[in-house]
Amino acid sequence: MSIRIQTGDFDLGAEVASLRAADPAVGAVVAFVGCVRDHNDGSDVSAMELEHYPGMTEAAIEASVDQANARFDIRGVRIVHRVGVLKPQDQIVLVAVSSPHRGSAFAACEFLMDHLKTQAPFWKKETTPQGKRWVDARVSDDAALARWNLPTPTSTGDVR
Amino acid sequence: MRVNLRYFAAIREVLGEHEVIDVPAGITVGELRDRLMAGSADHARALVRGQGRRCALNHVICEESAVVTEGAEVAFFPPLTGG
Repeated sequence: MSIRIQTGDFDLGAEVASLRAADPAVGAVVAFVGCVRDHNDGSDVSAMELEHYPGMTEAAIEASVDQANARFDIRGVRIVHRVGVLKPQDQIVLVAVSSPHRGSAFAACEFLMDHLKTQAPFWKKETTPQGKRWVDARVSDDAALARWNLPTPTSTGDVR
Repeated sequence: MRVNLRYFAAIREVLGEHEVIDVPAGITVGELRDRLMAGSADHARALVRGQGRRCALNHVICEESAVVTEGAEVAFFPPLTGG
């Protein structure tokens, strides 16, 4: 398992090469790269700032990787998430999974991405012509997580 | 006992990144939140319940019933929007 939070960019080819290096049991690698759009919720976006919670972010991602390892037949996971100020077309996140066969790699990659969206503490603030604004969480992301039959995130304080 | 507080994103912009407070032993995260909200108008506004605001105790998302221990780190933050 390898998880990195960093300000700098990453190289997909180099990450995948290192993920499968020295593991001849790998028959498939699936990689997802998320990037910054120039448009969101009806506004042009000229920049995006990503904040995280050092320590907790890594721990939350590790917990998701542990779940993926328990659930899917996979060999290795590489997750890189950028923080700081990013521009449209910049890469934000990489989730790469190696496995003996493609089915588990596809499934685990999507599982991890759905968890990253809803379980790992990151926050996005985008710059639009109307000013800066925090990005709202999407209901569709919780729905994506629910497909895996796991509890949806706690909404703290709504019910006591 | 002393508790470390951490705030993130929109909540951080109102309250700052960090503060340390003294609270009675055995306090829950919800009681801690009530004390903070009673302490200032900014806290009352930033920590108001709802809109998916969440809290974490020692780096794990928690319910308000979680009991805070000496030296714990309690964080409050808006909904997560990574990936």
